[in-house]
Amino acid sequence: MLRRWIERMTPTDVIMWLIGGAILLMIFWGSAATLSAKTYTAHHWFDFIVFGLAQGSIYALIAMGYTMVYGILRMINFAHSEVFMSGPYTAYFVAAAFYSSGFLDQHPIISLILIFLTSMATSTLVAVLLERIAYRPLRTAPRLIPLITAIGASFFLQYTFRGFYGSGFQAYPVVKILEGEWAWGEFRILKFQAVVIVAAAILMASLYSFVQRTRVGKAIRAVSEDKETSSLMGIDIDRMIVTTFVIGGMAAGAAGVLYALMFKQVHFFMGFIPGIKAFTAAVLGGIGNIPGAMLGGIFLGLVESVGPSLFLDGLGIVAPYQLKDAIAFTMLVLVLIFRPTGILGERLAVKKA
Amino acid sequence: MKQAIKLGLIGGVVAVLLSLVGMVEAFGQRQIIANVISMGHTLLLLVGLLMSYLAAKRTPTTEPINVLTNGFISGFFVAGLVVLLIILGSLINLRKVFINASPMLYNLLTVGMEKRAGSFLLILIGLSSGLLASLFTLAPPLLRRVLLISVGSIVGAGVLQDLLRPTFALWGPLSIINEWIFTANGLTLRGAIGLFILITAFSFFWYRKGKAIQSRFHQLPSAPQRILKMTGILTLVFILLILPQVLGLFLSEVFTIVGLYVLLGLGLNIVVGYAGLLDLGYVAFFAIGSYTVAVLTSPELGFFNLSFWEALPFAVVLGVISGVLLGIPVLKMRGDYLAIATLGFGEIIRILVLSDFLRPWLGGAQGIGKIPKASIAGFEFTGPQQIYYLILAGCLLVAFVSLRLRDSRLGRAWMAMREDEDVAQAMGINLVATKLLAFATGAGFSAISGAIFATKLSSVYPHSFNVMISINVLCVIIVGGMGSIPGVVVGAAALVGLPELLREFAEYRLLVYGAVLVAMMLLKPEGLWPEPVRRRELHEDEDEAGLDQTSNSNE
Repeated sequence: MLRRWIERMTPTDVIMWLIGGAILLMIFWGSAATLSAKTYTAHHWFDFIVFGLAQGSIYALIAMGYTMVYGILRMINFAHSEVFMSGPYTAYFVAAAFYSSGFLDQHPIISLILIFLTSMATSTLVAVLLERIAYRPLRTAPRLIPLITAIGASFFLQYTFRGFYGSGFQAYPVVKILEGEWAWGEFRILKFQAVVIVAAAILMASLYSFVQRTRVGKAIRAVSEDKETSSLMGIDIDRMIVTTFVIGGMAAGAAGVLYALMFKQVHFFMGFIPGIKAFTAAVLGGIGNIPGAMLGGIFLGLVESVGPSLFLDGLGIVAPYQLKDAIAFTMLVLVLIFRPTGILGERLAVKKA
Repeated sequence: MKQAIKLGLIGGVVAVLLSLVGMVEAFGQRQIIANVISMGHTLLLLVGLLMSYLAAKRTPTTEPINVLTNGFISGFFVAGLVVLLIILGSLINLRKVFINASPMLYNLLTVGMEKRAGSFLLILIGLSSGLLASLFTLAPPLLRRVLLISVGSIVGAGVLQDLLRPTFALWGPLSIINEWIFTANGLTLRGAIGLFILITAFSFFWYRKGKAIQSRFHQLPSAPQRILKMTGILTLVFILLILPQVLGLFLSEVFTIVGLYVLLGLGLNIVVGYAGLLDLGYVAFFAIGSYTVAVLTSPELGFFNLSFWEALPFAVVLGVISGVLLGIPVLKMRGDYLAIATLGFGEIIRILVLSDFLRPWLGGAQGIGKIPKASIAGFEFTGPQQIYYLILAGCLLVAFVSLRLRDSRLGRAWMAMREDEDVAQAMGINLVATKLLAFATGAGFSAISGAIFATKLSSVYPHSFNVMISINVLCVIIVGGMGSIPGVVVGAAALVGLPELLREFAEYRLLVYGAVLVAMMLLKPEGLWPEPVRRRELHEDEDEAGLDQTSNSNE
């Protein structure tokens, strides 16, 4: 067994394993050094993990939109980051109006629900329009063409919203009930982070069960498996694709408000980085695979927040936090070296990727 | 009828969008014809005309009355929605949300009149644009083309006036034209009319006689034909050589930027266009080329102090090596996994360069400055007018190499791999070597352009190497036509050159860029100057119709 395996190794395999091994070695070495140095106490690690979970669950929500669209259309919806941006940016005006009228402080729950609804509605609208205008005519085109269209649409949307709302940063109003923290002994958790994690978990669970349990969800999965056959079974493909975009838009709009609550500002360019991260998360988990996207998102969020201190601090690298994105992408490359189809693997019946 | 309403509503939405985004207002500053029409008005008018034209053209019958009503209807709806915006704006303060919904905008929309009268006028203008468009539809094709060209060139002259005026001013005798055609802002009325008559006459002549001239050229015996072609090429080379001297500083700068993108595009063309490997981290090699030259030459760091020419080979070699190093881990990935892994690689390089960790060697966020200029035999490539030649030489070299590569055994292997990896492997192509060679060649070209970029700016910053560069280069080669060398040049000129020229509208540059990309992919996915093979692939059914037509015309 082992002999056959060695015989089948090519020089490139050796180099790949060497690269992977070197990265792994560095990770273990760094972690061991950091942990033995004891610069961080348990509650530091707890903070990192909570922050990572919050960040990661936002990535996971956005990644769901990427992965579902990929599953059904086999295309990278590059403009999804703008779907994500459009919602909270529009909802900002609702939030600001509530804030200045004092409604936000009197009825924070109702205000938050309305802000969420505005954001989700806007994102959904943008996603559906995008599908109708830019993607639907290109269903049968070669792979790269929808990608370029999506890039174009992304620019267009970014600068349209910039033209609408201006190019400055807008500070999201502070919701008083989300300020402060809960503490158990030395462990403390910021309220808004807890809310972000819980809200994202509820949303993901409900969207996932929608896709898994309902008839429409079943139809969507059928279309992802095989368009022609499912249309023969009487499924309206166009409607299912639009539904997919609606679900993705809703998830992105909700993620957008969570992001705005966490970082307290919105901007026309705010979608770009989370968009790329979420797409990375989708690939990390195995693109086209919804649980994969969730797992990938949370994994990426955790690696980003825990990674710099854990892996790099011990190696004596200055300002490790600057390298968090580099760590995230290194993880991606590492995962893809050992599992070329992502952590959970693709759930595509015929591999068309 | 229904379609006309739909088109009119779409046009109206577009017009309202243009107004709210602020384009109408910003473009309103610029006059096309002084005191007659501004660019903002032209923009709105064009929307109305286009929609009415489409409505009129799609009328099922060709009865003039039906065509006219459809044109009218859609013109009315376009204007109607704009009027709705004005009414809405006078009822509530839209400015709280839409920062561009300013009194200036309403003033522009109502052509400076009071709201009610302005709205009536607007509807009238909408209707008349519908009338014009439907008359245009009914006009004979020759007249249509001639009109389109002459109106188009007047708008073009108005839009590019800031460019044309200084260029004309450089040339002694031509500066008279300046006085005659241009005012400080916009064309003069007499200039516009004169230009219109001139271009109409010329294009009319060309459509009448152009075919005859072309066919006479083709009927020439082969020797003179070749001589004519050679003179054509020589003139082209000559024009390319004297271009920066003629065009002045600003245009030379634009040409150098376009040239850099051509260089980058030719490299990525090998990876994506020939070998079909979607690489979104292409900027990494550009950065590696730049930083190698910077580290080896800059006295600021003081490690090596080589000259540019001594550093260039190192940059290329390092680029090639990193191309192979990136290539190995992604060998087994396909499609989108490849795209995201390469994108990650590009980001890793940028973040490493930016970090404080590598700062003593790479300069961190401050970058590296004082990179010496390149020089040959006392000729220093200092300003854009000199760097131009360096870039031109690079472009010609790389274009030649990639042309020869395309027709080589390796090029055919790349294309076979692009079409189907498994089949290519079955045919005996070594996928590993072929893929790595594609990555390495592309990376080498990119490193060359990075090296030139470093000496052009004489400093490098991490922020110049973000993922947008990779995406822009990808757009250049796809808009130009994948796998086509002239396509890269055309794509770079269209996507990089034109926006540079319209710099003052920088705010809307990317908006228009995005819209153009989408429209382009919807209407002409094979690119502006495609490879013949690819055009056939994308237009299979149309081509058959085309073939029928040509065979008919041969009979």
